[in-house]
Amino acid sequence: MIEVSHLTKKYGANRAVDDLSFTIDKGVIYGLLGPNGAGKSTTMNIITGCLGATSGEVRVGGHSVMDEPMEAKKLIGYLPEQPPLYQEMTPKEYLRFVAQAKGIPHKEWNSQLHMVMEKTRIVDVQDRLIRNLSKGYKQRVGIAQALLGNPEVIILDEPTVGLDPKQIIEIRELIRELGKEHTLVLSSHILSEVQAVCDHIMIISKGHLVASDTPENLTSLFAGTTTIKLEAMGDADAVRSLLSTVDGIETAALTTEDGVTRCELTQSGEEDVRAAIFTAFADAKLPILEMTRVRASLEDVFLELTSGEAAAIQPEPADTVDETEVAEE
Amino acid sequence: MIAVYRREVGSYFKGVLGYLLGAFLLVFAGIYCMVYNLSGYYSNFEYVLSAIGFIYLIAVPVISMRSVAEEKKQKTDQLLYSLPISLSSVVMGKYLAMLTVLALPVGIMALYPLILSQFGAVAYSTAYGALLAFFLMGGCLLSIGLFISSITDSQVAAAVITLLTMMLLYFMSSLASWVSTEASASLTALMVLAVIAAVIFYIMSKNTIVSVIVGAALIGGLQLWYHIDSSAFSGLFASMMNAISVFDRFDTFVNGVFDVTAIVYYLSIIGVMIFLTTQAMEKRRWSE
Repeated sequence: MIEVSHLTKKYGANRAVDDLSFTIDKGVIYGLLGPNGAGKSTTMNIITGCLGATSGEVRVGGHSVMDEPMEAKKLIGYLPEQPPLYQEMTPKEYLRFVAQAKGIPHKEWNSQLHMVMEKTRIVDVQDRLIRNLSKGYKQRVGIAQALLGNPEVIILDEPTVGLDPKQIIEIRELIRELGKEHTLVLSSHILSEVQAVCDHIMIISKGHLVASDTPENLTSLFAGTTTIKLEAMGDADAVRSLLSTVDGIETAALTTEDGVTRCELTQSGEEDVRAAIFTAFADAKLPILEMTRVRASLEDVFLELTSGEAAAIQPEPADTVDETEVAEE
Repeated sequence: MIAVYRREVGSYFKGVLGYLLGAFLLVFAGIYCMVYNLSGYYSNFEYVLSAIGFIYLIAVPVISMRSVAEEKKQKTDQLLYSLPISLSSVVMGKYLAMLTVLALPVGIMALYPLILSQFGAVAYSTAYGALLAFFLMGGCLLSIGLFISSITDSQVAAAVITLLTMMLLYFMSSLASWVSTEASASLTALMVLAVIAAVIFYIMSKNTIVSVIVGAALIGGLQLWYHIDSSAFSGLFASMMNAISVFDRFDTFVNGVFDVTAIVYYLSIIGVMIFLTTQAMEKRRWSE
């Protein structure tokens, strides 16, 4: 549906978006995740034709946004970070203006207006001035505007920012509902947000795409490198030789202090190896004092990918302890 | 374009602005009509128009200040950029809406000569010729205001810059009569302009080398021309000032001459300003 290839946007020497490439498929809800200033809004603005790219290309439904802007823009409904609302108009007048500007035939205005107002539940406030509406309702009017003309792709830039918890839940429900009929792309700097509604997460950091997968795959990618913290009595050599008999683990650095050896193990498979370790140590009569499994959560993935060296996919051990189990003898 | 036009006209007349402006223009037209035509027994309505030209100093900034500047401030320009409409049609819609706001009071003024004809013979051709020119002059000034609005983010800045520009244009011919007609004075003034042009070029492009080259080329060209034909420079600057005096062109119409060159002059400025406004909005998409 949308192909972004080698997109770069420079502001002076600063690269807001750097050689970004991805594809948006039909009928999927995409979440563009990244910390503030990662280039999410810039990317969305370029896709929707609000901003020119320094280099690279964006194609929407096969139409280049730069060369055939009219065709490309007709396929997209866009809600920028700040809803572009005329404060002195009522939602009805505003939507009528957008409908006319989008080239919707006059006789379809009423039915289209009614449809989008029903979907976004703003029928009750249609005759009040936008200026006097609450932030949640303003956001809905903004989404209603994007829905007009029934575009195939809806792009929402931080749709829940600045809303109260109840409004956030309502907007999320709306997004899920819209996802049934449209291809959706939404951006956020809050992980739980995209995790809650998106089928596919793209993590952006410093203008680069650092990960792109389903939420499940992203987590399991890191579950594969679950670490185990082990503390056992005995010297380093004895512990090392015991650990080498257990399959599916890699031993990292060992430290010995007062006859107690501490080490961190990297588990390569999904299978829980703690039982095997326990049995091996019990047979050798080396008491295990502590054994903890630390599993990377999506939060860790996000923090890891967006901080420091973005390219390296290696979880920092125990940033957040998601699942902690202690085995003691 | 029609959508933008409708929205703009609606926004002028939803608030008090459109009505206030109409009233403002009509009050002055009424006062001067009473003074010249009713009390002074002149049958020429064009004298009234000549006397109220100054109202554009106020009216133009008030109409044009919010036009593009407010869109940028409210970030509604993002909507215009993302809609499947061209920027030139957006600008045209906005400009035609401003003309409509001006056309209403001018249309009502068109009734004045008819009313005056009840009391004696009125020269309709000169009155309506002058009224058309009055409207076009307003349109020309509004297009300048539109452009100024498109290069700032704030209504207030747009209003102040437009007001200053209007004043400069209004007093241009008086200023021109004070400028020395000596050739060397013209050369100096033009060289100062060349430096200003180079500085503006630098501010816009941030490219030192090219800016210096542009400045040097302009100054060098002027010097060369001065050495070849210094007589061409005598009175040149004053006549240049007169050439951009938008208000002065209108006097011909008041004197009863329908000056086609002035009409073309006004229309050309409108065309150039609309083009520049479109470019200014297009530029925003690329730099921001």
